Amino acid sequence: MRRELRAEWTKARTAPGTAWLLSAVVVLSAAASAAVAATVSCTAGGCDQDVPRLGLAGIQAGQAAVAVLAVFAVTGEYGTGMIATTFAAMPRRGRVLAAKAAVLTGLTLAAGTVAVLASVLAARLILPGNGFTAAGGHPPPSLADGPTLGAAAGTVLYLALIALFSLGAATAVRDSATAAGVVCGVLYVLPLIPRMVADPGWRRLLWQATPANAGLAVQTTTHLDDLPLGPWEGLGVAAAWAAAALLGAWLLVRTRDVRA
Amino acid sequence: MTDPSTAMTDPTTGGRDGFPHLVRAEWTKFRTVRGWVAGMTLAVVLVVALGLLSAAGSHASCGMGGVETACTLTTGPGGEAVSDRFFFVHRRLDGDGSITVRVDSMTGQIRLPDASPGVRNVVAGVVPWAKAGIMVKDGVREGASYAAVMVTARHGVRMQHDFTEDVAGGSGGVSPGSPRWLRLTRSGGTLTGYESVDGRRWTVVGTARPAHLPATVEAGMFVASPGDLTVSRGDLGGASVQVRFTEATAVLDQVRVEGRAGGTWSHDDVGVAYEADGRTPHHPGRFTESGGAFAITGVGDVAPSVDGVRVESTLSGLVAGLVAVIVVAVLFVSAEHRRGLFRTTALAAPRRGRAFAAKAVVVGAVAFAAGLTAAALTVPLGARVLRANGNAVLPVSTFTELRVVAGVAALTAAVAVLALACGALVRRGAAAVTVVAGLVVVPHILATASVLPLSVARWLLRLTPAAGFAVQQSVPEYAQVLGYYSPQGGYYPLPPLAGLAVLCGYAALAAVLAAVRIRKGDA
Repeated sequence: MRRELRAEWTKARTAPGTAWLLSAVVVLSAAASAAVAATVSCTAGGCDQDVPRLGLAGIQAGQAAVAVLAVFAVTGEYGTGMIATTFAAMPRRGRVLAAKAAVLTGLTLAAGTVAVLASVLAARLILPGNGFTAAGGHPPPSLADGPTLGAAAGTVLYLALIALFSLGAATAVRDSATAAGVVCGVLYVLPLIPRMVADPGWRRLLWQATPANAGLAVQTTTHLDDLPLGPWEGLGVAAAWAAAALLGAWLLVRTRDVRA
Repeated sequence: MTDPSTAMTDPTTGGRDGFPHLVRAEWTKFRTVRGWVAGMTLAVVLVVALGLLSAAGSHASCGMGGVETACTLTTGPGGEAVSDRFFFVHRRLDGDGSITVRVDSMTGQIRLPDASPGVRNVVAGVVPWAKAGIMVKDGVREGASYAAVMVTARHGVRMQHDFTEDVAGGSGGVSPGSPRWLRLTRSGGTLTGYESVDGRRWTVVGTARPAHLPATVEAGMFVASPGDLTVSRGDLGGASVQVRFTEATAVLDQVRVEGRAGGTWSHDDVGVAYEADGRTPHHPGRFTESGGAFAITGVGDVAPSVDGVRVESTLSGLVAGLVAVIVVAVLFVSAEHRRGLFRTTALAAPRRGRAFAAKAVVVGAVAFAAGLTAAALTVPLGARVLRANGNAVLPVSTFTELRVVAGVAALTAAVAVLALACGALVRRGAAAVTVVAGLVVVPHILATASVLPLSVARWLLRLTPAAGFAVQQSVPEYAQVLGYYSPQGGYYPLPPLAGLAVLCGYAALAAVLAAVRIRKGDA
């Protein structure tokens, strides 16, 4: 396993896109969080905002870069035919996949932590100017606050799960553009499906089953009773999707020829 | 293989480097790759299936008490849905003439959200669009043509006709000690509204030509008070809008009708709803008269109605279809780079910018056809399913429906060209797909279906290529109707064609950059 890990780490380190994408995770998250923070205001009339969630809203943008990072990690090899060399050198394909997943998880956790810290910092700097002050009862997000810390840590984990799901999906699909289409569909379009269903029972069930809806529930700190499922259970849903994608990828990688 | 000499000079296409020839070559590439054709078909299927699914799941019924009926809409002279509920004290007027009144005061009450459950929380006050004034109307039928000049609580004097038309007059309302005089004069088909502070010096507010005003009309005084709005958090990040009862009471005197006025004053509570027994009016209006002064209390509004389902709500699957279109458009260019086919293309058509333009034409045309098919199936079928399920679908003109369908086709084409250009610029499929989805689909989803604050949602739909989705909005925002005009409710910050222009601007910019890169770069 160490051989596989080293090989995948070297590939990830030297691939031209990795550094760019890791910075994109941070920059997109922080910029989108800052943009959201700059446009909300907390007026005297009322502000029913979930402040930690506002501060972490930019993750919705940053997760796209995480997904691309994961897709590149595998489709780059299929696109160039490098995958044949990889599997010739390391015939235990399941281990290669596991090594890819481990390296990707490490990179995502690192970039995700920086992205979350940058988002919270941006919100902390901007929100007080828009009326979110401790004196007004809506303090800007602080990691010293238990629920906020939980939301921040959960968000980092969510990003890692999204990376693993994307890795599994891309391994199954093998084509870069198609994989990105599938992942974007799951991350951004699938969450809409519950809204199209009128029946409340189905709506709730579909919401609970959607990784982006359920997974991002971990950012919620207020009105928890409105959520169809608890924050950490939601993260469990995202984990189930990641596990299913990786399992499918493992089965396919073991049984399929390497050519796309 | 064909004989190379004939293949190289085809007289019908102007040589092998002629633009039509290039378009044909690109079209042949497109239609012979099964995955791309399947992707475009999938896009159409997604839009139609998700649209019909959501329409089929949407049931509604209206009614009071235990009686449920299908929801019906009142339509105005222009065919649009209207709300036509007010208290009308009127008499017949034959031919030309005029009516003059003085509005002395305006008071009312507003029901606030219940402070303790079940206990009505009513306070004194008038809502901004509470109206009192004079009206000339084609009978007392709901939705009939009319022209009116009125004082509102917060929006000054207005001249309105046929529900959608609204012209502002002088500002300021009425209060004890500072009354407002109003006059409405009919001359043939034209009505002119006047206002005055003292009944001597008059200024014109506006003129109106209602669509259908017969020789004999009902002329008189009216009062209306639209419901007050509360917007609150809905489940799953939506917003729920609650409309609460209000009523306004205005005192009008110095009533003078000139012309051939017939009969005595009669009164109608136009558009009043009835309780389950069918006889007791629900929130009735009323009036009293003493010594030529009328105190009229009215409930409701005389205005266009935006209360109902919009036809474009059936296009909820459009974003899913667009993701498929984006993937196909990106593959159309990135696959060529990856497999080295681009070197062949560049050899066959050395003016590479033109080869790229041909690609853009083909992918744009295919996407246009896909969008047109999807929308032309989904919008009419979805609206029919919605109506069959008892939903009140806001009627729109055929022209508007065609604009929605053609607009969706144009939107799909522009997104495909944008994706193609990004594919040529980035060359890595996953990055291009994510960038375009992030520019087009994600901002729209975030703006219309998330917990983002309203101002952020509006800015997203102004600045990003997602502005193009505005082209599907079928019912405009009415300044004279208080409503929750949010992207979630289907109201875009830009007008339909302006929104589409923003998207096309992005697509054109990306296409130019891609053409430059292709001309300069290596194959």
